[in-house]
Amino acid sequence: MPRGARGRYLTERQGFLATLLISPAVLFIGLLVGVPLGLAVYLSFTDATAGSLTGRWIGLANYRSAWHDTIFRDALWHTVIFTLISQAVVVVCAGLLAHGLIRAFPGRWLLRFLVLLPWAAPIALTAIGFLWFYDPQASIFTWFLVHLHLVDKSNLPNWLGTPRAAMSSIITVQAWRILPFATVIFLAGISSIPQEVDDAAAMDGAVGLRKFWYVSLPLQLPIAIVAVLFGIVFTATDMVVPYILTNGGPFNSTQVLTTWAFQTGINAGNIGEGAAIALFMLPLLALVAIAMLFFARRAEVT
Amino acid sequence: MTTWRNRAFAYTVVVPFSVLLAFPFFWMAVTSFKPEAQVYDPTKTWHFHPTLANYGYLFHHTGYLRWIRNSCLVGIVVVVLTLLVAVPAGYALARLSGRVGRTLGVAIFLTYLVPPTLLFLPLSRVIAQLNLSDRLWALILVYPSFTVPFAIWLLMGFFKAVPRELEDAALMDGCSRLGALVRVVLPVSVPGLITVVIFTFSLVINEFVYAITFISSSTNRTLTVGVPTDLIRGDLFNWPGIMAAILLPSIPLALVYNAFLNRFITGFTGGAFR
Repeated sequence: MPRGARGRYLTERQGFLATLLISPAVLFIGLLVGVPLGLAVYLSFTDATAGSLTGRWIGLANYRSAWHDTIFRDALWHTVIFTLISQAVVVVCAGLLAHGLIRAFPGRWLLRFLVLLPWAAPIALTAIGFLWFYDPQASIFTWFLVHLHLVDKSNLPNWLGTPRAAMSSIITVQAWRILPFATVIFLAGISSIPQEVDDAAAMDGAVGLRKFWYVSLPLQLPIAIVAVLFGIVFTATDMVVPYILTNGGPFNSTQVLTTWAFQTGINAGNIGEGAAIALFMLPLLALVAIAMLFFARRAEVT
Repeated sequence: MTTWRNRAFAYTVVVPFSVLLAFPFFWMAVTSFKPEAQVYDPTKTWHFHPTLANYGYLFHHTGYLRWIRNSCLVGIVVVVLTLLVAVPAGYALARLSGRVGRTLGVAIFLTYLVPPTLLFLPLSRVIAQLNLSDRLWALILVYPSFTVPFAIWLLMGFFKAVPRELEDAALMDGCSRLGALVRVVLPVSVPGLITVVIFTFSLVINEFVYAITFISSSTNRTLTVGVPTDLIRGDLFNWPGIMAAILLPSIPLALVYNAFLNRFITGFTGGAFR
């Protein structure tokens, strides 16, 4: 067989082979993600209840009744607060922490291990740990505050029992849990800057904060933004932390979209309305996906 | 001089953060050795006689070992399924398909962002229709929905890092494409494959939303659902036992995370940023 013909034959076969190798994955994902997603949209237009896969078509009634419910509106707002505040804390801390961890120093392995712990441990379990740390009588956090004379013994904080404290408490746990992940991605961003850039910056006399602002930051920004977008998705669409710590309480003060969808769809059995509530996350997801594509391309160019 | 300043900066930043981040685990460990009757005693916050009774209670009087077994069982089956689907797809997307493949790769990755909290309601109905409610098979069926996109993405990153010359040489020697994948690419990708196995397995161990929706009986619970539901007897919490139950799986997971972290970053960011 002449060489050229064999080459062409091979490229043609490559396309076929690629299709063959990829199609099981596409089929899998289509069945497991695409179909349920379509089903969720369909169910949100019906009055389906637990026990049936179908229901009567009722148009936008589920969306309308969700929207006119004050608990839902509060949940929407709580989701925004929960996500934005926890991720703002994460960005600042992860930036600092990554710049510390990038340097070589004795004991780095141990410190990195300690930093990674909250991300590596199953959050459904560690969140229960916080249930104990936030115990109204025996909270270790309260113990520290009392012994540092920051809190009066007669007026101990009820970490999960009052609306404002409960929101702060779950935000703290969420930030604690996402911080290691963001730090790790930030680290990757910093270490992807070639040594030459550093050297050139040093030659031009850029040091300290100036170098950080004009050289390091712009180069790290795209990958840092991708990390933040991940944090936003993982926080806004996750229900483990609020579900375990407060389950939306007290008085729905920590009710977020996901816990409210769970309570409506599973506990109360209104599958249709639960699906409608959960689908309010879709615009956010679409927005984040578009932003991620944009910044991933930017990161590639640099 | 600069190293000295570098180190000073590193320690002043990293030490406080690592103390804050790891403190909950330290306190879990302290509580797990405390006699159950003393956890609410304010005079015994730090001074008490450590005991292993809570660990014994966990192993002998709860379903803990069974939940670990269930979690591992589901984890192993899902990892195998995931690799079977994701290895060929990851390879094809990294090597065989040009522009279309890139777009498809990103599209697959984006499906990883579709959260369980959006899909658990329709899936709960599907699981019921399939008569899989309260069975581990329900989890085995559903978990690939997030492990497959995740694994494909990581594997794409790893396969792209394999030098093309290696495969070209194998093809010259008369190997078929698939032969080159199995005999040349996979063996040099073993560290990457192990990374995928570890992180996929830990995604499964971590999963909570599907497990709490689909599984209702104590014997079929997984770790993440068994501990919050069954170790709480009415309003009575056995706190030291619960702390032991959290710590035991967390420490080994953190150790393997630490060992494979650099490879994980390469794969995770390598798919897009290289």
